[in-house]
Amino acid sequence: MTAVQACALVAVLVCGTATALVREPVRQALTGGVFGVALALLFFAYQAPDVALSQVVVASVAVPLMVLLAVAKL
Amino acid sequence: MSRAVRAGVAVAALAVLGALIVWAVSDLRGVGHPPGVNSARVAPILAHERQAANAVNGVTFDMRGSDTLGEEMILFAAALGVSVLLRAARDPREVQVAAEDDVNRRGAISGALRASAATLVGPMIVFGLYVVTHGQLTPGGGFQGGVILAAALLLTYAGGQVLAVQRTDPVALVEVSEAVGALAFALVALGGVVFAGVLMANFLPFGEIGALLSSGTIALLSVVTGVEVTAALALILTEFLDQTLLRDA
Repeated sequence: MTAVQACALVAVLVCGTATALVREPVRQALTGGVFGVALALLFFAYQAPDVALSQVVVASVAVPLMVLLAVAKL
Repeated sequence: MSRAVRAGVAVAALAVLGALIVWAVSDLRGVGHPPGVNSARVAPILAHERQAANAVNGVTFDMRGSDTLGEEMILFAAALGVSVLLRAARDPREVQVAAEDDVNRRGAISGALRASAATLVGPMIVFGLYVVTHGQLTPGGGFQGGVILAAALLLTYAGGQVLAVQRTDPVALVEVSEAVGALAFALVALGGVVFAGVLMANFLPFGEIGALLSSGTIALLSVVTGVEVTAALALILTEFLDQTLLRDA
């Protein structure tokens, strides 16, 4: 395991825990987006750029947007 | 069910799930050593017989192309379902009025947000178009590029431009391009039957690996998917935004 992969794993761990601990839906949508970017970094570090790109667009654009539109006004 | 019982059930379920995950992961090979013989064959086959540099899109649009055809129709049906459900419940004229009122909110948007939205929209559209058209060469392709293009549309909204304004009326354009994207994918799939006798057969000339016009239908299907995904996401987006406008009005 390289240092980049280890850093990405730690970032996923921290962001995932943070997302679970945040209790307010609007803030959770944003921390969830950051968690998605951390996951994308992890996929990229493990040499899966295609999956990383999908992960970035879905987790940092589509999912927070749908949550925001559903629970609050933009 | 009392709190203690629920906690007990949760702990037991998590313990079983954790044990299953550990069991599944312990059997995995290391990174770069995938199991099975086909994983090693895919990239050479796509590079030599299809001239596709990006093996992932080669698999998506060629080797398991009929799966992707189904996924494309699922997305089409989902976007259609959202707009039918939301439109049945409201009057288009109300949306128009609410949108015109909403133009006045521009003053309330912070200058920093408007400036960054205006700066980012252009580069995002160019990047989205690049990702869509280079699906056969570099990571990305129709799906990822389509979401990037739809996000550019969202940025214009965040920057204070209402999407339902009559002058531009992107909704009609979005509806047409969604239908055209889905239809074009189905036509390319049927083209395989007509020109090669098999559904989803790659019937276009393959060209030279690394060139923009290479890999036959893989490149074409990537672009078609880009149109479909952009339009489907933009449609869902505008429907939800119209709903938000009405709620505020």
